[in-house]
Amino acid sequence: MKVRWRVLTRSGTFMTGVLIVAFWAGCAVCGRLIVPFDPFADDILNTLGAPSGVHWFGTDQLGRDVFSRVIVGARDILLVAPLATALGIALGVLIGLVTGYFRGIIDDLIGRVIDALLALPLVIIALLALTAIGTSAATVVVVIGIIFAPLVARTVRAAVLSERDLDYVAAAKLRNEHTVYILFAEILPNVIPPIVVEAGVRLGYAIFTVATLSFIGFGIQPPSPDWGLAVSESYGLINGGIWWPVLFNALAIASLVIGVNLAADGIQAAVDA
Amino acid sequence: MTIGRILTKRAALSLITLWLLSAMVFAGGQLLPGDVARAILGPLADAHAVANLDRQLGLDRPLLIQYWDWISHFAMGNMGQSYSYRAPVAPFVLAALGYSVKLGTLAFVLVVPLSIAGGVWSALHAGRLIDRIIGIIGLSATILPEFVTGIVLIMIFGIWLKILPISANWPPGAALPTQIYYLLLPSLPLVLVLFGYLARMARAGTLEALAADYTRTAVLKGLKPRAVLWRHVLRNALLPTITVTATQMGYLMGGLVVVETLFRYPGIGGLIYAAARDKDFPMLEGGVLTVGVIYTLAGLIADVSHALLNPRIRFGAAE
Repeated sequence: MKVRWRVLTRSGTFMTGVLIVAFWAGCAVCGRLIVPFDPFADDILNTLGAPSGVHWFGTDQLGRDVFSRVIVGARDILLVAPLATALGIALGVLIGLVTGYFRGIIDDLIGRVIDALLALPLVIIALLALTAIGTSAATVVVVIGIIFAPLVARTVRAAVLSERDLDYVAAAKLRNEHTVYILFAEILPNVIPPIVVEAGVRLGYAIFTVATLSFIGFGIQPPSPDWGLAVSESYGLINGGIWWPVLFNALAIASLVIGVNLAADGIQAAVDA
Repeated sequence: MTIGRILTKRAALSLITLWLLSAMVFAGGQLLPGDVARAILGPLADAHAVANLDRQLGLDRPLLIQYWDWISHFAMGNMGQSYSYRAPVAPFVLAALGYSVKLGTLAFVLVVPLSIAGGVWSALHAGRLIDRIIGIIGLSATILPEFVTGIVLIMIFGIWLKILPISANWPPGAALPTQIYYLLLPSLPLVLVLFGYLARMARAGTLEALAADYTRTAVLKGLKPRAVLWRHVLRNALLPTITVTATQMGYLMGGLVVVETLFRYPGIGGLIYAAARDKDFPMLEGGVLTVGVIYTLAGLIADVSHALLNPRIRFGAAE
């Protein structure tokens, strides 16, 4: 474990990714305190102003400062995406442990459900589910978490399959340990590395999906300064030469997605090492 | 296993997948929304009218019967009545599918040679600068959401350079070259999303084939490098890439929802988005299930072509 940690902190990929994500996490937590303008304050006399010394990234169609909104815009996506990932990991680990350990009919069933889920793009299943139960930050978390669960379960199940017949599991069985104890205290600690890798990858997908859903109006709702939402509110303006509200928000999404994926790649490399 | 048995087994699994998929879509479209008639008539309609509409739409029957009714009609090509248009869903889905096929085909025609060339080029120069550049471009293009790359491309090619139209809708009656010209910009985000993954597959396959014994033998027996590359390396390297290409259809469909919305293009992705926005459940179910069917068929075709192209499977030597 210590060796892995050293590999991780010396990996340029991982550290670059972590720095980018840490920057946006900092903005999400205390962005409101450091931004030069109130991100929610309209200024009707100063709409669609180009970037200047006062408004670094210009102002949007309601006169709100784009720079302040981009900084604070990290907040909602960095709340929704990690929560959805955590829910998916928690459910998936539970299902994966049980199906990998017991196998049998439930195992086959989960395999088929995963195939069916994979037959549709994430955005389309999420769209269907969100239309059915209504869109809010909470339902986005639940829907993405539930869609992730079987995908995580498949990874965990594969790891459990290679552990379940090892001697330490047999020893625990002979000691007459409770099944719950064997699953969570014996097997789980040994399958943590693949779970951590999976969590990194899933977080990348969650951010991708939440941003996309917000862009098409099924994710984070106004008046949030969320980046995907901001792009969807102002991309009609680029034809008229108003590029700044769209570009800076798009770049913010791009940097966060790249940061998370760099960190996830670094973790993968450290676990493989 | 012989090829016949492999195909039968694979087709049976696809049927189970489709059945589960239809159950999921049915649950999403008809169970979760609750009272559909109430949703159509609004909160102010009286209970009598709601019950009437429920009966009219057949929503007062047992669920299993509703499901059977829905899926058996769907299999016959009858996808029900749209709530918004008060007309059959199927013609809308078919028309939208035609538009999406045009866009998707263009994206595939562009991305397959590009990514294979990129991947093979990378593998031949493994570890050098060009390999790293292609790798980084591929990775960032794959992980970025389509609407982000789409908007950046619109800004560069549509607004700044002004060389490509920013709307996907060609003038009525335009010939095929004009249509392709209008579809070029919308297809680019899809090309980018697929490029990274396919190029990585082609690179890995080529590297594996380059390191194989048969390649060393071919080189040692004095074949020209070009002949080694074409006859020994690429024939083995590109097999997995071809299989993966077909499975990428699904990701393409997900991208279509965003790209068609961004470019206001009347394809199946745009249809699904509009149906979701208007809570037009029959239209939504028809669109989503159609996408699922196409994707499952694409997976089946991928496996079959893989089996047919690979002599080891074709002659039953390997699983």
